[in-house]
Amino acid sequence: MSDALLLETSGLTMRFGGVVAVNNVDFRLREGELRCVIGPNGAGKSTFFKCITGQLQPSEGRIEFLGRSIAGMNSHDIARRGIGIKTQVPNLFDGLTAAENIWLSARRHHVGRDATRIANEAMERVKIGHLAGYHVGQLAHGQRQLVELAVVLAGEPTLVLLDEPAAGITAEETVRTAEIIREINRTTTLIVVEHDMQFIRQIAKTVTVLHQGAVLVEDSMDNILRNPTVRDVYLGKRAAS
Amino acid sequence: MRLSLEDAGTAVFLALGILLLVLGPTMIGLFELLTLTKYLILSLFAMSLAYIWGFGGIISFGQSAFFGLGGYAFGVAGLNMIGDTTTPLLLSVGISAAFAAALGYFMFFGRLTEVYMGIVTLVVTLILFKLIGHTAGSEYAIGVARLGGFNGMPSLPILVDPFTGEEMWPETMFQVVLGLLLAVYLMLKLIQKSRFGRVCLAIANNETRASLLGYDVRLHKVAMFAIGGGIAGLAGGLYASNETFIDPNALTLIMSAQCLVWVMVGGVGTYIGPILACCALNYLAVWLGGVDWGLGSFELENQFIVGTILLIIVLALPKGLVPTIRDRIFPHWPHLRGPEARASGGAPPAEPGAAKPLERSA
Repeated sequence: MSDALLLETSGLTMRFGGVVAVNNVDFRLREGELRCVIGPNGAGKSTFFKCITGQLQPSEGRIEFLGRSIAGMNSHDIARRGIGIKTQVPNLFDGLTAAENIWLSARRHHVGRDATRIANEAMERVKIGHLAGYHVGQLAHGQRQLVELAVVLAGEPTLVLLDEPAAGITAEETVRTAEIIREINRTTTLIVVEHDMQFIRQIAKTVTVLHQGAVLVEDSMDNILRNPTVRDVYLGKRAAS
Repeated sequence: MRLSLEDAGTAVFLALGILLLVLGPTMIGLFELLTLTKYLILSLFAMSLAYIWGFGGIISFGQSAFFGLGGYAFGVAGLNMIGDTTTPLLLSVGISAAFAAALGYFMFFGRLTEVYMGIVTLVVTLILFKLIGHTAGSEYAIGVARLGGFNGMPSLPILVDPFTGEEMWPETMFQVVLGLLLAVYLMLKLIQKSRFGRVCLAIANNETRASLLGYDVRLHKVAMFAIGGGIAGLAGGLYASNETFIDPNALTLIMSAQCLVWVMVGGVGTYIGPILACCALNYLAVWLGGVDWGLGSFELENQFIVGTILLIIVLALPKGLVPTIRDRIFPHWPHLRGPEARASGGAPPAEPGAAKPLERSA
């Protein structure tokens, strides 16, 4: 992990009418880092991702990626700058095969055989070569999660955002997904949003806890697990005591 | 090289088309040839919508605006450029494509939703219809060409052979129209196989994902809309030349609705379907027009019966004629999957690590 700052948000706020989904978030991510973002339902995790990827235009605040402001940019411009996202519900081209989905991602940056090679490598990396010819609309949820991961990797992003990669998958798939994420982190910076604390334990080094749209605490995994405020947020005060 | 089923289908259709192009003038009577020429022009018009709807997920309720604009562009240019019909025909394509690109720019870059896009295309058609309809006075002329308001523009030039300078006979006109239809069909198939075409299909499947991969959805849609507009303009230009007349009826909502019906009945996501549906439904309407069903008015009977048939087809075959028949005969047809077929049947699994979508898909 280097000291170079890859992503920085300051005062990032997203309002939907009177509801503040993301509230004045200051967030810094260094190159090579694997950061987990946790928080209860409605904490603003997915909205935070949507602001970074340009799916939502933030109400206030700055977002800088590789030293340049990306707040207010279109999704495709942000993707071209090197941010790839695996969404909470797998977001794929359901009418196309897994191979075509991944190839389309690789084809954005590469031509001809290079695109095919990159697509094959991404499939190999996620170990889904056997799904290549299937329509993704027909695949099980866990398989779709992996296909989407390969789609993101084939785009060769500098920063990968994973929104609940372990949601709705089996225990075996969870272990495999954690392995894949650790492997990806050898070359790529990641932010992983997740609910599953068992899963987080397998991958996390630094964790940011979001609560009611704001950053509650940011610390190492061990400290987060011992933090009474985090336990209050997750389990309720009475249960925590 | 292994030929895919879809490539084989394209080759068979083109071969049959070329056969008809060569043998048609000698085997088909003059009246039938004239009728068929008109239906082939309308089929070209149907293909313009089949392309943007079936392969880009863009539904236009105002495709007749581009058709009519192409017709008027041909009329105005044709009357001013005596002896030359090639340039007016090219202008009908160019002007319609440019108009579609401009309209598409405002719609897609303005991030209009599908419903509002439908309304905008519909309203633009109405505006053009009204606008052209109010150009009856002699002051509404471009060069020597008077627009003529609701009376239309008569005495438009028949297509001229660019090499001999002579007007085309109905047989040659039929061959030119069919040749252009086949050329446009082949062009659209090639576009579909290109990177641009693949991305458009992906956009039709899932705009958000396409955008998150870095593809500019708006720009692709504008380009598709312009191509569709250009094809409709070509059909309009040919129509004006074939009929030697153009009037605001070419710009009506009825024309747009007919085009939607041809595509829907023939099958969204195919080109052959809308062509067959256009020809068949037009022949049906003419045939029914000659039968007295005892309901009082020929026109009323015609509309009632055609409407009933359409309703039955749409209810019984929601995917359209060609996709339904094709899927029955070839359940594993490797069709390019447009928005209508998101939940269509699957393909057999490929060998691990053998992701060669371009080679595999048609």
